[in-house]
Amino acid sequence: MTSLAITSPKPAARLDRFSLGLLGAGALLFAAVLVYGGYLLTVMQLAMIYGIFCLGLNFFMGYTGQASFGQNAFACIGGYGSAILCVQYNWEPALALIASMGVAGIAALVIGYPTLRLRGHYLAMATFALGLITYDISVQWTSLTQGYMGYAGIPPLGIGSLTVEDERLKLLCLGGLLLVGFWISQRLRDSRFGRGLRAISGSENGAAALGIRISRFKLIAFVIAGLYASAAGSLFAHTVGFISPEVFGPQMVIVTFTMLYIGGVGTLIGPVVGAIVASLLPEIFRSTGRFQDIAYALVLLLMLIYAPKGLSALGALFRPRKDKGEA
Amino acid sequence: MTAMADITPLITVRDLTARYGHIEALRSTALHVAPGEFVTILGPNGAGKTTLLRAITRLIASTGQIVFNGRDVTHLRTHELAGLGIIMVQEGRGLFGDMSVRENLQLGAYKLSGPQAHSERQLEKVFSLFPRLRERIDQTASSMSGGEQQMLAVGRALMADPKLLILDEPSLGLAPRVASEILSTLGALNKEGLGILLVEQKAPLALKLAQRVYILASGSVRAELPTQEIESHHDLARYYFT
Repeated sequence: MTSLAITSPKPAARLDRFSLGLLGAGALLFAAVLVYGGYLLTVMQLAMIYGIFCLGLNFFMGYTGQASFGQNAFACIGGYGSAILCVQYNWEPALALIASMGVAGIAALVIGYPTLRLRGHYLAMATFALGLITYDISVQWTSLTQGYMGYAGIPPLGIGSLTVEDERLKLLCLGGLLLVGFWISQRLRDSRFGRGLRAISGSENGAAALGIRISRFKLIAFVIAGLYASAAGSLFAHTVGFISPEVFGPQMVIVTFTMLYIGGVGTLIGPVVGAIVASLLPEIFRSTGRFQDIAYALVLLLMLIYAPKGLSALGALFRPRKDKGEA
Repeated sequence: MTAMADITPLITVRDLTARYGHIEALRSTALHVAPGEFVTILGPNGAGKTTLLRAITRLIASTGQIVFNGRDVTHLRTHELAGLGIIMVQEGRGLFGDMSVRENLQLGAYKLSGPQAHSERQLEKVFSLFPRLRERIDQTASSMSGGEQQMLAVGRALMADPKLLILDEPSLGLAPRVASEILSTLGALNKEGLGILLVEQKAPLALKLAQRVYILASGSVRAELPTQEIESHHDLARYYFT
């Protein structure tokens, strides 16, 4: 008899054809940008960085079903951590990235422990306050952050004599890191832990009744999201070479939420699809001149109306419906 | 006095009181279930049946004492009670609709420790009780019929290898044939030694299976009696059997 492998550690979920198609289209776009180069290289680099950020955000908001408007705080820790360690203390960029992730993880643990006792709107407001406080610190604590001046001359990603300075190589490197982030996200989502998170998203009481420790799971998801955000913040610093408080301000929350909802919150590939689409859309409308923002907003609205679960969930329209049984 | 009174109860609930704001939904309620016993709680709408089950499983705050297998578990939380083997099938099934049957069952086995073979054995047991779940293994829970969903809810609870299975109106919204099938399965599980505490509207069906009945009204236990005695109480028999 074929085993149903109910306890198998292998991933239970597989990407359907539509999702694979979307990822294939994304890969083609990535290759085209890599070949033609120019300004779009920078746009695609930022899309990769935001994709990493959104993969983490999806853990907390998508899989666990919790609201966080403050993940920019951890991107800020990552960005400034990398900038300060590399510019002032001459650390290796890769080590600075890892150290900043460690600090962000500890910060998420310390902040999340009391904050995650809140639910719904209260949690959303508390996390939003966290983002605002971090933004304010990055403006006010000038001896550490240099205030609005920010940090310039942040070295590109690399370790030892290996540095990623070529723009195409940077994009390849970021694309590779996004794939690593995606792979980790998929493995975690389909693990026992990931199923626990998704159960919490479905019903906290239902999950608790099955023995899932809600508070611990939420905290771990929050920390994971913080680690992804920190990595994204560091990568931004090493890719662009300059950071200032505005980079990690409330605008970042709006941008990443847009990406997540366009791609599909709670879906596997949604964060990546959303990051690429939302990064490239404004460039497509650039030729419309002063109507660029209006055109972008209109397309976003249409997407949210006709694909409320995100682009990656559109595959459900092409799947054959299974009839319900008679019982 | 029941024959079960001499046996150490599987669960004993004493003086359980629960409130929703200013409303006292449960008043100094006491009950017990002996090992391998099938107990049914009956009562009209608003009697506090669901509140009682939610208070026992700590899904809502309450005062009083709960002893399980001789251990005071009053201050344990829901997930810790599940770890001890108190598993509840909630009203409305509490399934995770976007997840497949496989994933729902995997979540049922969440607290099972030990070798994988243990989980596989539980799974085979669930499939032998509800063969339809095997056919639907990769289908999402929300795409199944009400009866299949209830089978999945019971199956998922069984995956946890419960010592006490608590069910809140499992036949709600189901066709009589399907409800009867599910309740009969519960009867078979009880014969194998599983303790069951059932809240059920379809009293005739539940009373056929139960050994003892509690009648709940206005948040407190009004009567406790062996099932065979309920027919001698003409008013109760008329109310619950007709």
